[in-house]
Amino acid sequence: MATATAEAPARPARGDGHKHKKNALSDGQGRLAWMLLAPTLLVIVVVAGIPVLMSIRESFYSANTGVDPNTGLVASGETFVGLQNFTAIFTNQDTVTGSYGQMGRFFNAFWNTTFFTIICVTLETILGVAMALIMAKAFKGRGFVRAGILVPWAIPTIVSALMWKLIFDEAGVANRILGTQILWLADNGFSFVAVVVADVWKTAPFIGLLTLAGLQTIPAECYEAAKVDGATAWQQFVRITLPMVKPTLVVAVLFRTLDTLRMFDLPYGMIGPGKYRVETLSIFAYTEATQNRYGPAAAYAIILFIYVLLVAFVFVKLLGADVIGDSAPKKSKKGRAAKTAAMPALEMTGGNH
Amino acid sequence: MTTAVQAPSGSHLSAAEVAQLAHPKQSGKARAGVVASYVGMGLIVIYCIAPFYWMVVSSLRLPTEGRSTEFIPSPVSFANYAGVFAGQNNFGRSLVNSVIVAGTTTILTLVFGIVAAYALARLQFKGKGMVLWVIMACSMFPLIILIPPLLKMFSSTEPFTWFPYWINTYQAVIIPGLSFGLPLAVWNLTAFFKQLPVELEQAAMVDGCTPGVAFRKVILPLAAPGVFTTAIIVFIGAWNEFLVALTFLQDPSRQTATVAISKFTGTTGFDTPYGTIMAAGVIVTVPLLIAVLIFQRRIVAGLTAGGVK
Repeated sequence: MATATAEAPARPARGDGHKHKKNALSDGQGRLAWMLLAPTLLVIVVVAGIPVLMSIRESFYSANTGVDPNTGLVASGETFVGLQNFTAIFTNQDTVTGSYGQMGRFFNAFWNTTFFTIICVTLETILGVAMALIMAKAFKGRGFVRAGILVPWAIPTIVSALMWKLIFDEAGVANRILGTQILWLADNGFSFVAVVVADVWKTAPFIGLLTLAGLQTIPAECYEAAKVDGATAWQQFVRITLPMVKPTLVVAVLFRTLDTLRMFDLPYGMIGPGKYRVETLSIFAYTEATQNRYGPAAAYAIILFIYVLLVAFVFVKLLGADVIGDSAPKKSKKGRAAKTAAMPALEMTGGNH
Repeated sequence: MTTAVQAPSGSHLSAAEVAQLAHPKQSGKARAGVVASYVGMGLIVIYCIAPFYWMVVSSLRLPTEGRSTEFIPSPVSFANYAGVFAGQNNFGRSLVNSVIVAGTTTILTLVFGIVAAYALARLQFKGKGMVLWVIMACSMFPLIILIPPLLKMFSSTEPFTWFPYWINTYQAVIIPGLSFGLPLAVWNLTAFFKQLPVELEQAAMVDGCTPGVAFRKVILPLAAPGVFTTAIIVFIGAWNEFLVALTFLQDPSRQTATVAISKFTGTTGFDTPYGTIMAAGVIVTVPLLIAVLIFQRRIVAGLTAGGVK
């Protein structure tokens, strides 16, 4: 059913394209372009735009509970409650004890999300850049390493969560290798570490792959000139490699950051739902939604959305992340490099929320 | 790994390829540099493969030795693989569900994406930057924001009583899946179309083709590798999707493989059946790995398209 309705608008759009436009490549491209884009934009509005608006509406409502005094039945429907779902975050009695002491469950999830993001992305970036530098230096066997690097990327996140769950089992191989008897999965500080390890494992190689693509655009002359001037390897790295790979890296880091902010699969699969040391905003909102508390769930999801937007804004404005790459032809070099990174990063959004 | 990065290497050995790390010191350290780079690459591969190796090894143990920490299973047993398909797990069915969901998402995404990407790559029009931003933004927003309203809608709760009950239907997963598949496909395909010289279409049109025919007969066949790569990447993304499927597919007969794996339970109820879970994980992952390894070059090129020329 979905197939039929979805394909229908696509065909006339293409057909109209060459019926109306005899020389589309020269002038009057606007109309053809919008006709070709219409199906995609329509889908985006339907599958993303409308639900987001519905979510915003939802966050101002609360489901009726208790017994309806008029009918004597269990109450149904919902009531407009204004900002109550948002203010309840501050007045909430529902305090939990996580890694940061006693606090509202929302704030606990918020700090978990924030620290996961900062720690994971930092480690992934350092490790990814190191991997890229090693691969760039190699001249044989690079294909082999690339194949290896795609393995963590291809494994479904939930499967890798369960895989790491076994590795970090109390009787598992992590404890055996480390010679410890840590209860990694028992919702404690170590659980947080375990999730970080699993996330870094899955995505650091990919940052490496992106950075490698950026490294390969740096002309060898830069290094030759630096060498003639007597620069050390470290100076070359700081003064040439980092500045020139920065556009690629900033976009890669931006996308990883946004991806980690909405982390769900890994903590959910490894440690489980309702575990406060690793509960992220996505998990909290999911838990609320599945318990029919749609209003609060929508409120939390919207706060996460605003958080993501703010972070993206900061990256674009302060660090100059050129995510579109295409819209800035004046900086062609930068634009191209950024585009390089943007696409793979986009790709990563698929399986790793 | 860091030591390997900073280890000096002979600059004359590998010309441009190693230039970024080239060190002014001469041949004495060259050999050490080569060795260091091999050690570094070895470490990367081990880092990436080792946990997966553990999953494979754990799946090949006897079901009673799920948590064993032996590095090589003895005896090697395929009992876990038989267990995966045992009655209560419904795993065969969930694989079929996954193929249906991921396949449909991929096809729909490509149908829409190819048309849109062609417009973005070839045509000049007002508002192009805005369209690119909308598509980009669509891939950035947290998927969780779709969950509360859609869950309410698909389960026909008030005020959506008019809406058909869509819990446990494929479309409940496919439609939200488009929201992350489509931006990705448009983005990738735009890059591929841009790589093709516009002169090809112009030549075709000089020969009397309309733009539409030129697109179908000239551009599309040439872009086939790009379309194929995009298809693989979108398919992997849809196949690996968990949050939406977990929310909307509650009936075991409708669950996708990722959800089914996460809900495997042991016979005793308390003991996690690690052997079975790992076997299922291997089954779900291996087709993707084979595709990734065969088309490795192409996928990496697709993921980093436009950058390395």
